[in-house]
Amino acid sequence: MAQIIIKNVRKEFGDFTAVKESSFTIEDGEFFMLLGPSGCGKTTTLRMIAGLELPTSGEIYLDGEEISQKPPSQRDIAFVFQMFALYPHMNVRKNLSYPLVSQGMARRDVRAKVDEVAGILGIRDILNRPVGGLSGGDRQRVALGRAIVRDPKAFMMDEPLGALDAEFREHMSEELRALHDRMGATTVYVTHDQLEAMQMGDKIVVMNNAVVEQFGTPQDIYDTPATMFVADFIGSPSMNFLDFSGSLAPGAGTVDLGGQHHAVPTQREGASGDLVFGVRPEHVKLSDTGAYRGEVLATEYLGTTQIITLDTPNGELKARTDSAQIATVGETVGLSFEGPKITLFDKASGQALRSELNEKVLAHG
Amino acid sequence: MSSFSVTEPTQRTKWVSGTLVIVYALVTMLPLAWIMLTGFKSPADAISYPPKVIFDPTLEGYVNLFTTRTRQTDAFLAANPPETWYEEIVREYDMVIAGPSKFGERFLNSVIIGFGSTFLSIVLGTLAAYAFSRFKIPLADDLLFFILSTRMMPPIAVAIPIFLMYRQLGLSDTHLGMILLYTAVNISLAVWLLKGFIDEIPREYEEAALIDGYTRFQAFYKVVLPQAATGIASTAIFCLIFAWNEYAFAVLLTSGTAQTAPPFIPTIIGVGGLDWPAVAAGATIFLLPVMFFTILLRKHLLRGITFGAVRK
Repeated sequence: MAQIIIKNVRKEFGDFTAVKESSFTIEDGEFFMLLGPSGCGKTTTLRMIAGLELPTSGEIYLDGEEISQKPPSQRDIAFVFQMFALYPHMNVRKNLSYPLVSQGMARRDVRAKVDEVAGILGIRDILNRPVGGLSGGDRQRVALGRAIVRDPKAFMMDEPLGALDAEFREHMSEELRALHDRMGATTVYVTHDQLEAMQMGDKIVVMNNAVVEQFGTPQDIYDTPATMFVADFIGSPSMNFLDFSGSLAPGAGTVDLGGQHHAVPTQREGASGDLVFGVRPEHVKLSDTGAYRGEVLATEYLGTTQIITLDTPNGELKARTDSAQIATVGETVGLSFEGPKITLFDKASGQALRSELNEKVLAHG
Repeated sequence: MSSFSVTEPTQRTKWVSGTLVIVYALVTMLPLAWIMLTGFKSPADAISYPPKVIFDPTLEGYVNLFTTRTRQTDAFLAANPPETWYEEIVREYDMVIAGPSKFGERFLNSVIIGFGSTFLSIVLGTLAAYAFSRFKIPLADDLLFFILSTRMMPPIAVAIPIFLMYRQLGLSDTHLGMILLYTAVNISLAVWLLKGFIDEIPREYEEAALIDGYTRFQAFYKVVLPQAATGIASTAIFCLIFAWNEYAFAVLLTSGTAQTAPPFIPTIIGVGGLDWPAVAAGATIFLLPVMFFTILLRKHLLRGITFGAVRK
């Protein structure tokens, strides 16, 4: 098992830059998520770690060794493909044996190891079946088996649950996380599903347009997004952005929004011009006393909570409240925000402004 | 069927399509059947008018195809009674068998050249198709077009340059020369067909093999080739059929050592008069290898023709 360090890695395909200088560190034994919309460069990054693509520039360290230009067979990394890529002309046992056979392992040892792994994954009874007729879940297990059978230094997983139906994904993601906890193997996992990333990951890298937007624990990324993209991408419904313009001095603790003063975490940097007031839906409170007012446009009942869509002087806003809260469409209600949880952004650059809340996270992120 | 269904053919559709297939099969198979029948006729029956459908079958045509015969005096014939059934057939015309004909050799030439060029086309075609399919090759599209362009005029249009070139290089009337020539004609078909097949094989299979510790060539050999078997089989049939049936270049470039069966069979006519049964027998035997090869691979062929029509 190993630590993986990505240092200034860049990948170009002709004129197209898939990944711009990216750096982050994956600690030994971490379940690490590469998250982003499609085409953001996350899969390319994964493939560069595995050796299926060679970076145009930059370094990749696996266990202290620089491997960026080595062929995949010399990296000792396993890869689980989205479409599983089980060898269709072989049965399950042969699929599992294949990585061991390439190492020249004795036939008896191969058999023993395959049986052991099949036991862990609960696929012993299908070992002699052709892979063609297997269910999605069993294919997934065989693909995982093929990855863990040779005890590699790290696992790469490219949306491994993407090909499964929704019901089964839930189950498989638990199984996968349990397997990871049991083996303690460094795992890099690519997904475009922010919920999956939050649920399963120890750390998350959020990528967009070939750039690493933020890198940190799920909590840090959710609570203190570094950019508007991250704030928008993570969370459902996503963070509300209320546009306002004004100027802030370092040390300011309130902003002027719609003629009202709203508390924000003490700012560490000044800014002026077009700014954005970022507030998560659960940090919006409906209160009759609030001077800042909005009109209820719609309500969505979700069981224990509800999503209320409001029209405010600074744009549309969604609030997540207790479903007992009464809101009638067309009614105008007062709003208040949980000041310490607010993030302010510079509208032009999309970057979060440093404050008491996020200065620690942004310092290393 | 009471209810209308989009996928299930109706009884009437089945009837119409069945009848069409049978009629088409009859039209295409009738000449073949006629040739096969003629092979078992006597020369007189073969040219009789109106044509005979019912006749006394004889192996005369086959005996004549495989042997050369000489006319002998009555005294010689009386002194040497026939020992075998085929001698007896020949004796009816006061002849004896002088030796084997060249048909065996020519047939063998066809086998060597046909299968040899097919094998070479497939090997080169698969490697080239794999390269075009998987690697970034500078000017790949232009190269592919160039390869295809070799088929844009009838090959026989370049017959004279090839004839002169082969004479200079000493390739005229050699097995190697014919194998190279047929390979050159077939390679474009092979590259294009096989590229289509290999394009359809997901890259992940090879990538999985690369990750599992295999080299690029091992991944190609152990993972891609088995997947491409269908495509290779159907491409091989197309290549073989061309090389096997090719007549014009064979007439032009071969006369002895490397002569294939197609130019040889018509020469039978010149030897012992219009011996149609021997020609028909030669044509029948000539048909068999391709027929068996095609029947053997017909499942692949069918899949090859419809390949890519439906995404699995």
